Amino acid sequence: MPGVALPDDGLVVVLKQDCPTCRLVAPVLPGLGATVVSQDDPAFPPGVEVLDDTALDTSLALEIDVVPTLLRREGGRETARTEGWDRARWREIAGVADLGADLVDWKPGCGSRTHDPAVAEEVLVRTRGHELAARRVELAGLEDEAEALFDRGWTDGLPVVAPTPPRVLRMLAGTTRAPDEVVAVVPPNLVPATVEKVAINAVLAGCRPEYLPVVLAAVEAACDTEFNAHGLLATTWGAAPAVLVHGPVARRIGVNAGGNALGQGTRANSTIGRALQLVIRNVGGGRPGEVDRATLGQPGKVGLCFAEDEQGSPWEPLSVSRGVPAGASAVTVFAAEGVRGVVDQISRTPESLARTIAGALRGVAHPKLAGGFDATLVLSPEHLAVFADAGWDRARFTAALDELLLLAPEELARGADGIEEGMPSPRRARPKFRPGGLLVAVAGGGAGKFSAVIGGWVGGPGGSSPVTRVIEE
Amino acid sequence: MITTVLDPTDESRPASRTVGPRPGDLAGRTVGLLDIAKPRGDVFLDRLATLVAERGATVRRYAKPTFTKPMPADLRAEIAAECDVVIEALAD
Repeated sequence: MPGVALPDDGLVVVLKQDCPTCRLVAPVLPGLGATVVSQDDPAFPPGVEVLDDTALDTSLALEIDVVPTLLRREGGRETARTEGWDRARWREIAGVADLGADLVDWKPGCGSRTHDPAVAEEVLVRTRGHELAARRVELAGLEDEAEALFDRGWTDGLPVVAPTPPRVLRMLAGTTRAPDEVVAVVPPNLVPATVEKVAINAVLAGCRPEYLPVVLAAVEAACDTEFNAHGLLATTWGAAPAVLVHGPVARRIGVNAGGNALGQGTRANSTIGRALQLVIRNVGGGRPGEVDRATLGQPGKVGLCFAEDEQGSPWEPLSVSRGVPAGASAVTVFAAEGVRGVVDQISRTPESLARTIAGALRGVAHPKLAGGFDATLVLSPEHLAVFADAGWDRARFTAALDELLLLAPEELARGADGIEEGMPSPRRARPKFRPGGLLVAVAGGGAGKFSAVIGGWVGGPGGSSPVTRVIEE
Repeated sequence: MITTVLDPTDESRPASRTVGPRPGDLAGRTVGLLDIAKPRGDVFLDRLATLVAERGATVRRYAKPTFTKPMPADLRAEIAAECDVVIEALAD
């Protein structure tokens, strides 16, 4: 134990004046011959020589959890330990038959001062700070913290949480992965992002530590070459990476799949997608006006994250249809533009409602363009019930959409319907979406016959494909 | 109190801001002389004003209200907008 002066052989008692049990046992210490270590008051207990451990180095080295702790060391190793006051155990360890004859048989101890919230941050940095490799930046005393972080260009335009070493260490506790492990090579500058760098950006975004495994999986997925984050960033089109969370992790950490799932007000939804975007900005160097050339952009570029309502849906989860084992947690990252609502409060048959939804999906990018842009459909519970009650499963529903979205060449041709935009000389019917180009997820509140279309970007090898990753926890 | 934060970026840019590049000469440039309001700073700056003007620069004079406090933000913005180069007299 470096920096700690304890005898190789003998008894050690660790205590603090602030603990009633420690004060109870104080009278038995003179004559015990133990090394007495005080966590808070070097003058306590009176009548014995005390090793001052107000800096807590000895307590940390001994991993003291409770005070008082009595332990025996032999040949430099600990051979016995007891916590609190247990007269029989103290007599056994100390080898003194009548020890504490005047005291009660047993009294529980108090928490070690190493667990005191007032010193927890400092202790955390002292014991784990060496794991942090990122450059430390000092903000001057006169700088406003929020302003200083804006000034350094680290934010998306909204305030961020200052990534102090204690906060980043607490964030890292959310994963078992090593801080120096490289998660992904982040476009556009192709910079290796370590778990630590992702954790720093997760702090900036406002994430809780338990969100970190989801953020790490999202970063991995977004940096997959299939997803083509560089192209998605650089295009003048306004889409951005969105994160769909699957499996039990969503409920455990509180990713909203219910009312207002695509809106504000749920911390996990608001911060997980934001953390991914901040990684691309800060680590990858992808900033608006630089590599990000969006003509208009859209508000979801700050970050968009939601979960599929797997519990409320009789359908096979989207993750399972994409190859994730049932019951596993995963993320799907997909290109997303703004969210657009689809109203149908009248249809009670699946055939009718499917036609409504197909009509809305046809408008993605342009009603006369087919096979280029991907999209995601978010089906609300009331709309889903129309299909499920009629016995339609996910496969039947998507097959019906495929049929309805096979667009006639005369409708797509350039110049048709008085619109110059369109397909050049189409000779046959064309599917609106390429195979795999339409994701269907279930989410939303219990009331409202409204679903939503989230347009994407150019799909497939010439653009971006959705990428799903199982979450390592 | 100094707050320490961990750099969220790829660390390719310097952590602290650096001074701008030094101009090759002063001819035709606007040089701001900033008096921080310490005693006799004006004596030094008066002499500098003469020397700088001889080199073809336009001289503008500024003064902080007091040396005991940071420069007002408006004054900093005014100097940044009006000058190419700034010389600050720090000494007593």
